[in-house]
Amino acid sequence: MILLQGVVNGVLLGLVYALIAAGLSLIFGLMEIVNFAHGQHLMLAMYGAYWLAVLYGVDPLLSLPLWAFALFLLGVATYWLVIARVLRAPMLAQIFSTFGLGVFLQSLAQFVWSPDFRLVPSPLVKGRVEAFGLFVGIPELVASIGAVVAFSVLYLFVTRTESGMALQATSEDREAAALVGINSHRMFALGWGMGLACVGVAGVLLSNFYYIFPEVGFPFALIAYVAVALGGFGSIPGAFVAGIIIGLTEVLSGLLIGPAYKYLFVFLIYLVVVIVRPQGLFGRY
Amino acid sequence: MDKGGSRPPADPVPWKGLLAFVGVVLLLGYPFVLTAPFPQHLMIRIFLFAALAQAWNILGGYCGQISLGHAVFFGIGAYASTMLLIYWHLSPWLGMLAGVVLSLVATLVIGYPTFRLRGHYFAIATIAVGEIARVLVTNWPLAGGAVGLYVPLLRESLRTFEFHTTKVPYYYISLLLFVAVTATTSFLEHSRAGYYFRAIKADPDAARSLGIPIHRYKLLALALSAAFTAVAGSFYAQYVLYIDPESVLPLMLSVIICLVAVLGGVGSLWGPLLGAVVLIPLSEGTRVYLAGMGGAGRAFDLIVYGAMIVLMSVFEPTGLVGLWQRARRAWR
Repeated sequence: MILLQGVVNGVLLGLVYALIAAGLSLIFGLMEIVNFAHGQHLMLAMYGAYWLAVLYGVDPLLSLPLWAFALFLLGVATYWLVIARVLRAPMLAQIFSTFGLGVFLQSLAQFVWSPDFRLVPSPLVKGRVEAFGLFVGIPELVASIGAVVAFSVLYLFVTRTESGMALQATSEDREAAALVGINSHRMFALGWGMGLACVGVAGVLLSNFYYIFPEVGFPFALIAYVAVALGGFGSIPGAFVAGIIIGLTEVLSGLLIGPAYKYLFVFLIYLVVVIVRPQGLFGRY
Repeated sequence: MDKGGSRPPADPVPWKGLLAFVGVVLLLGYPFVLTAPFPQHLMIRIFLFAALAQAWNILGGYCGQISLGHAVFFGIGAYASTMLLIYWHLSPWLGMLAGVVLSLVATLVIGYPTFRLRGHYFAIATIAVGEIARVLVTNWPLAGGAVGLYVPLLRESLRTFEFHTTKVPYYYISLLLFVAVTATTSFLEHSRAGYYFRAIKADPDAARSLGIPIHRYKLLALALSAAFTAVAGSFYAQYVLYIDPESVLPLMLSVIICLVAVLGGVGSLWGPLLGAVVLIPLSEGTRVYLAGMGGAGRAFDLIVYGAMIVLMSVFEPTGLVGLWQRARRAWR
């Protein structure tokens, strides 16, 4: 029974991981740049939801569209101000441009908002439900449902709409896409916007039940890297499956071996995957 | 250097030699002129981080393999010397040597599998390795777990590697450490290995097709880098006399090591020193002047670091050294 409870919790958690990883994977698949500030973008969305709730009494669930849009704009701005300028730079500059951004955002959060742990006071969704002897936290349930919805929207956008097709074309072959009139800069900016909107949604959903502090994004970002590597860099369905696998691994290893070691196995997955199957489960490379 | 040919030949007065001589005298005399603890502490930290960044530079700057997990080797050095001193009463100097040997073993364990990875994959793998090490040590009772270990207090002498009344010996040891790493790097620059490193950085496929055994040379770069980082770790333990996973194994340490190197200028001999000279006083200064702000003051230096790194990557990826060279060209 405990094991079954672990499986349920793992899947719920994994769905949120999947959404965060999807944003990362989208950007990587498009331009082979890893957003090393992914966790800090998540942190910003969590603080955003927190402050709106504390200062103006707007529940995180209500401010969700707002923060998804704000993060979308932030993504577009990040692309034009930073990423567009390092596209042709050596990889070192690419890594450190987003990495420095992450350090900047995290320290800024610590400086402005202090390292205190915060919790959204009395969110709309709280408590837990029982079904078949299993307990499920309602905020967690809402977060995973929200993640699935956001994920589906992203997937449908990429596979069904004209912009999504153009996005895919650009990630397949930048030059060929340019030849048929797709402006790759605009696609990249769109990719960054969509990628960060995913983290925006995930951050707000997490803020319903997760402590908020400046370093909060880091473990999520690490897990997203693992999920993206496991699913295959650039593969959105891969990120979905990998997110669930990692959620399960984290919860079950915490349950069976000890909570202190739960991330250990997640990182081991990364090392094993990139060494044994570098292209991941669904990867193209 | 000057392709135009309009420049006169080299100066008759050996300015460079003279400048170097003055520099050496200033560095050696510094602790006798500035005898207060803080300026000495500041220089020790500058040398320590310049040495760490230089060690990182061998792997990251010359060989092009970006490690975000160098704290692992620092931690190995710090824990090796401290644990051997506590449990076997081994001199920290021998413990330092043991740390080097252990870091070389770790090099093989970490490097062999991860060097098949490229670019971003490798950087993320090093983060994963660093976090695994931190979790393991935090849950290892013999290593003091999350509480950490105190280095046993012994009579102060060079043999015990402990000095309680003065920082001067630490000053010279850290200076020596920096000089040793820099001399090694300088030697590498003109050696066969150094050329191979740069070839691997520029284009691994081309390097391999020219017959360079790239795995072996990447391992060599990692081994050199790791060994010096471990030595710095043992030095840190003996200097602060207390270690815990949060001070010698955090990701933030790995981050600061590469920020110093990247800001100064990767793949250049004087970049790490330049980076440390700019960044360390900044962080020590903010720590002192913003101490009244509690936890918030700690982050201020990192805000500046982060912003500087983004600006550097966008406008001048060759770092402060590149900026300096550009300024000199413009001035001429």
